[in-house]
Amino acid sequence: MHVRGLSVVLAAAFALSATGGARPTAAADPPEIVIGSVLPLTGSLAQTGAGLRTAQQLAVDLVNGHVSYPLPMVGKSGLPHLGHARIRIEFADSQGKPDQARAAAEQLITQSHVVALIGTYASSTTATASQVAERYGVPFLNPDSSAPGLTARGLKWFFRTTPHDGTFADNFFQFFNELKKKNKNLGIKRVAVVGEDGLFGTGASDAEEAGVKKYGYDLATRVAYTATTTEVNSEVQKVKAAAPDVIMQASYLPDALLFMRGYKQQGVAVKAIMAQDAGFIDPGFIRALGADAEGVFTREVFSLDIKHRNQAVPLIDQLFRQRFADKPLDGNTARDFMGVLVLADAIDRAGSTKPDAVRDALTRTNIPGKLTLMPWNRIHFDATGQNDGGVGIIEQVQDGKYETVWPFDVAVRPVVWPMPAWKR
Amino acid sequence: METLSTVAALLVGGVLTGLVFALVAVGLTLIYGVMDVVNFAHGEFLMLAMYATLGLALLGLGPLLGLPLVALALFLFGIVVYRVFVRRLLAGPPEATVFGTFGLLVLLQGAAQALFTSDYQSVPNPPLQATLHLGPIALSQATLVEGIGALVLTGALFAFVEYTETGRAMRAVAEDRIAATLMGIDVQRVNALAFGVGAACVGAAGALLMLSYPVFPTVGAGFALTAFVVVALGGFGSIHGALVGALLVGLLEVFGGFYLSPELKLVPVYVAYIAVVLLRPQGLLGRR
Repeated sequence: MHVRGLSVVLAAAFALSATGGARPTAAADPPEIVIGSVLPLTGSLAQTGAGLRTAQQLAVDLVNGHVSYPLPMVGKSGLPHLGHARIRIEFADSQGKPDQARAAAEQLITQSHVVALIGTYASSTTATASQVAERYGVPFLNPDSSAPGLTARGLKWFFRTTPHDGTFADNFFQFFNELKKKNKNLGIKRVAVVGEDGLFGTGASDAEEAGVKKYGYDLATRVAYTATTTEVNSEVQKVKAAAPDVIMQASYLPDALLFMRGYKQQGVAVKAIMAQDAGFIDPGFIRALGADAEGVFTREVFSLDIKHRNQAVPLIDQLFRQRFADKPLDGNTARDFMGVLVLADAIDRAGSTKPDAVRDALTRTNIPGKLTLMPWNRIHFDATGQNDGGVGIIEQVQDGKYETVWPFDVAVRPVVWPMPAWKR
Repeated sequence: METLSTVAALLVGGVLTGLVFALVAVGLTLIYGVMDVVNFAHGEFLMLAMYATLGLALLGLGPLLGLPLVALALFLFGIVVYRVFVRRLLAGPPEATVFGTFGLLVLLQGAAQALFTSDYQSVPNPPLQATLHLGPIALSQATLVEGIGALVLTGALFAFVEYTETGRAMRAVAEDRIAATLMGIDVQRVNALAFGVGAACVGAAGALLMLSYPVFPTVGAGFALTAFVVVALGGFGSIHGALVGALLVGLLEVFGGFYLSPELKLVPVYVAYIAVVLLRPQGLLGRR
């Protein structure tokens, strides 16, 4: 190409971008605020990603709409402090891969000029995407990744609303303490910590072991195993030999089933099995085990039982079902829905789309638990960007269903303690 | 006393686990023995068998009653795969079967993901979940049935290959393809049959496994990896070698897990594997 030809093209491009930049102020419609969302829209996590996308879009539509619910920022026809500007959410695909998540975040920041980022579900992709946001100085809100290390990186622009695996482990011991006040003697001293040896299981087991020490229990044994194993004979024997009163376990479904059958077969008798959701909350868990699943405790991030605290829960569930093939709102979609509201709340209070102002507003977030869909005490970020008001739920399998038994103010059934003996 | 019952429990667990490994591995070793093809999609055959078992269970036919049907279905599937696909690969260079069957692995896994989603699924209310107490040993009926079923089927396959006319034809093809052809043996037919019988074995294993294991698109990977080790330990192409190799793997895994650490339970298995490959490359009971 001629040098002169090139300069003409460049000039034209420059002129185009200049008019493009001038457009928003000249337009008569209320301004539009764009937030970027990085989610696994294709790949093995695509099904989860589709639900999260639906939940985030629903939250955006309710913020832009005029129907009011007991939730922050909903029904005010946009952001009042910004002239009722409407929010638009732009999605980019992480494919569930850390490098793709990084590229997606970069694209949203540099090309779509988003005000803030939200995402990305998997802890590994959140780690990379949030590094990009940090580099560009764009606020990043993470509603749904539970690896404790994410808020231990000293990032300035990273905020996480969901409690992490450390919080959930701590909840088990708080649960014991509160139960002791009711039952006097639980008869527990020795805790066995069992977990798969990936990021999830190791993080959960570390947090549980820390809790064992902090709350004055004895560590009976700690068993780490590889989740893809096809048999758990030696693992079960290790647990049995340690004679624990309680087992705390982090497993995926196939291994959770192997362990449960192994415990039964070898007559491992404990007062309680406290599980970190995953395999223990999979729909296949009760279906496969039937009566042998009775009495198992598992932590969960959300339950429709929270309707007893906030009547918005069934209403949002209804709206979500209409958009997502009648699938109910769950822990992931509810957290992502709330994440958008927290961002909207911060941008509105900032009264500006400048990154510094939005970040500043995020640090001053203080949303009472009763105005969320979650069991949380509140949404308020500590110095690391972690929500310090996060709490999990503990459910117990009773009569073949997961029933919320803790926190006691959202519980629908009393705790069955100890869990029943194995059926023959 | 406590330690004695622990050792007994580990011993029984290791043997029963090994027997199931054996049934998964014999199909692989039979196919290799007859036509020198390492079927990389072997684990995916197992996965298909498990989905078939699940389908029958949802229609009301439990895993044990469904077993013959699943084995038959996999037998036919194996023959079709051979006739349509593997036969053409055999006409190409030796690498063709490696890449071809690996491609089949990717295709079957992807298809399962698209058709059945990546959710874990199990047989609802599986039978045989009660616990048996035999002296100091406790084991579930399902584990016992899996182990004994695997032993019986492996024994039946051994008898088939050793003592029937078709089995002799298979061994003849394994030994010398050209000589077998000259003796009037239809090599294509024997190959197809071996592929079918190999698939039927893994079909039966899949049905038995559904008593205690959920199915998902990548379920085959873990079992297939063990099967490859078993076959290499026992000797490529040797059925009783696969049985010995599988029992060894089962016991090493279980005792290694208990006395070292569960995370390291595969270390003794792979140490044994490397030792055998170095000192006796044809495998414990293989010929060469």
